[in-house]
Amino acid sequence: MAPTKAPAAPSSQNPVVLLWKAYNQQTPDRLKFIDAFLFFLMLSGIIQFAYCVLVTNYPYNAFLAGFASTVGQFVLAASLRSQVNPQNKDEFKEVSPERAFADFALGSIVLHFFVYNFLG
Amino acid sequence: MPSLAYPVPTDLSPATVKNTASLFRIVTLALISGAAIASRLFSIINYESVIHEFDPWFNYRATRVLAAKGFYEFWNWFDPTAWYPLGRVVGGTVYPGLMATSGVIYYILQALNLPVDIRNICVLLAPGFSALTAWATYMFTKEMKNESAGLLAAAFIGIVPGYISRSVAGSYDNEAIAIFLLMFTFFLWIRALKQGSALYGTIAAVFYFYMVAAWGGYVFITNMIPVHALVLILMGRFSHRLYVAYCSWYAIGTLASMQVPFVGFQPVSTSEHMGALGVFGLLQIVAFIELVRSHVSSQNFQRLLRVFLVATGLLGASAFVFLTYNGKIAPWTGRFYSLWDTGYAKKYIPIIASVSEHQPTAWPSFFMDLQMLIFVFPAGVIMCFRELRDEHLFVIIYSVMASYFAGVMVRLMLTLTPVVCVASAIALSTLLETYINPVEPDAAVEVVEPKQTNGETTAAAAPSTPAGKKAKKPAAAAAAAPTSALSELVAVSSGKKTASSRGIFGLDTRIVVVLNTLWMLFFFVFHCTYVTSTAYSSPSVVLASQGPDGSQHIIDDFREAYYWLRQNTPEDAVVMSWWDYGYQIAGMADRPTLVDNNTWNNTHIATVGKAMSSSEENAYPILRKHDVDYVLVIFGGLIGYSGDDINKFLWMVRIAQGVWPDEIQESNYFTPRGEYRVDDNASKTMRESLMYKMSYYRFADLFGGNQAVDRVRNQQAPKNIELDYLDEAFTSENWIVRIYEVRKEDILGRDLKSANAFEKGKKRKRSKPITSRRRALAA
Repeated sequence: MAPTKAPAAPSSQNPVVLLWKAYNQQTPDRLKFIDAFLFFLMLSGIIQFAYCVLVTNYPYNAFLAGFASTVGQFVLAASLRSQVNPQNKDEFKEVSPERAFADFALGSIVLHFFVYNFLG
Repeated sequence: MPSLAYPVPTDLSPATVKNTASLFRIVTLALISGAAIASRLFSIINYESVIHEFDPWFNYRATRVLAAKGFYEFWNWFDPTAWYPLGRVVGGTVYPGLMATSGVIYYILQALNLPVDIRNICVLLAPGFSALTAWATYMFTKEMKNESAGLLAAAFIGIVPGYISRSVAGSYDNEAIAIFLLMFTFFLWIRALKQGSALYGTIAAVFYFYMVAAWGGYVFITNMIPVHALVLILMGRFSHRLYVAYCSWYAIGTLASMQVPFVGFQPVSTSEHMGALGVFGLLQIVAFIELVRSHVSSQNFQRLLRVFLVATGLLGASAFVFLTYNGKIAPWTGRFYSLWDTGYAKKYIPIIASVSEHQPTAWPSFFMDLQMLIFVFPAGVIMCFRELRDEHLFVIIYSVMASYFAGVMVRLMLTLTPVVCVASAIALSTLLETYINPVEPDAAVEVVEPKQTNGETTAAAAPSTPAGKKAKKPAAAAAAAPTSALSELVAVSSGKKTASSRGIFGLDTRIVVVLNTLWMLFFFVFHCTYVTSTAYSSPSVVLASQGPDGSQHIIDDFREAYYWLRQNTPEDAVVMSWWDYGYQIAGMADRPTLVDNNTWNNTHIATVGKAMSSSEENAYPILRKHDVDYVLVIFGGLIGYSGDDINKFLWMVRIAQGVWPDEIQESNYFTPRGEYRVDDNASKTMRESLMYKMSYYRFADLFGGNQAVDRVRNQQAPKNIELDYLDEAFTSENWIVRIYEVRKEDILGRDLKSANAFEKGKKRKRSKPITSRRRALAA
């Protein structure tokens, strides 16, 4: 893929900084919005996991339900992201962005049905 | 216009061709369903509508509870009569999918004012679901190749004995619905992977959940799909479609599978499920790397990748290893582990090795269960290699893994059968398509004069005759493939493509090959029907024997004895038997049992084994401690029923020995020359064991002074066996089931042996007791 080469002097700069710049330049706003959501989910998952490790995992099913809901929501949102990403258009011939969003909604509903059932 | 081997109508519009083709597809699928259902009804027609085997009796009993009391009661059902005195939490130790399915069907039929007995629903569930399996296999194969291959595969799996053996009417076992769910989940997975659709991934997860609720073999799916995904990644075929399909399946499916109480937290804590989790993590990493790669130049990417990949890979792998050794992740269970280390079960867990289904498969059983499919199957796999799309990899992996498992365990032939049907259908339909295609290759300058004979019509009708048809079907199903041939021809005649340089010349080659294939397919149908009717359609509850004039004689001793128990014993009388008969006793006799076919407590089973294999004096305290009122043994010595308890006796000894190695030793039950005998040469321990005495008690009297012969062992049966602690309560007509009542303690406080001797008026030995009593009286 690599749509545009990064700006000049690629080797002298820190690659992480370059990556961040390229990301900001190249990503459409919609995808950034999804990414913000993904970032939030990741934080939420990390906090839950830290709580589980540091404090207690006592209602283990509740922990699993909460953690699985963040992980599940994360991958569903990430799936949506790759489906609506214009770069992947030729890969998803049968899934239009609207259809992808409907899939995302359905997947989330099913996921959260099981999450609430599992919370007990 | 390319030359044709035989004339075909050219004035058909593509729409007509398409419509006729789909009509024929529907008709064919309906006929396949009919054949699948009909060929499973032999046992009902020959005998009666009963539940077969052992395990289905428990499923049936649980379903009856569900139908009578509702779902909620069933979910929380504690069964105090099983595993007396422990009891069994049924709701948490059972895969409820099967019972729930028939419960739902039952309630729907009730709502429709069709009051069908729950027993008939249970008996006919497996044939009904086999029709659905045929449809699911059709859909699956359609994803692999095309509709005609799908029809062939559906026809194969509709009647193939490898699947029928587990799904005849009356075999109300988990596998009845599991194979349908297996194929349908795989189909949805392939569909999700092909389209990159989260919708199909979600539906696959829901059906995976259903599968988890239905059968313990769901572990196969949890490992098949990750292996497929892993191989795709390793082959450099990662795509975002794979990510979408796998992640939506795994995230929802894993959480869903944990809702089943029997599974519980296993998906996050046992080794069987770790592959899926690992691939899930790997996919996240790979997807993230892909994302990064699309944003930076390749130079920078290299630098980023090296650090990132090495770090995460090491971290993830070490986390797994650490958790496994730390005991956070449970190692493989014995049942699963014995698939890899085939000697493991026999050495350490005799209870697993004692089941006949857990033995390795012999070659003939492959041929018996799959007939010609077994040698067409590798060809189909090779065809998959030649094209090698993402979904073909799935078939290849599936066939390799399932072949291995089927070779290790007879029982797993069942999971091999679907992929054999799919791969053979791919191979055969490729063959037929090649030889029915009327287009001649370019080099054919001299066109074979298309003679108008009947042979052509046979040839044209051939592909439409997937194997699973009775004679009437070909006519109805006729045009499925002619139409596909036609549509190809339409494409050809409209000049889209010219005839290729490869192909078949002449009509004679076509006819020879097609007729030969057709003959194989017909023979397959005959073989399947024959095997089904003779080998797989006998209920083990009823034994049938044939007289010399061909008349059938039914031996119904099991039910005779169970109904005796049901009607002539108090309702809370505890029955002890070997675990094989636990479910049947609970289902038919409705009495509490000590052990049953759910072998969850090895020690309890070993207790029963010890009671059966020790002498009367030693067994009696065990029986009394467990409140046993009746002891039931199966004895086939009179009519030659080989599956009796004397033949299973060594397993009882082995299992008991595993727990009490200093009290029970297997070698004590053999003659000094190491033979397992029951006649006068039998060892002393053998002759004194409870099982031996109960089996042969009064057996010699039947022969009126002649030599008593055990028909199974072909040895002389012992005479003059005396039982001091048990009374014979019931013996069935053919002496198959013998029930003994455990005597209560003597009211005078003597031990039962001497009390019995006193009753019989035997002279007491002049020994200490007399004098001591006199002295006691005098004192």
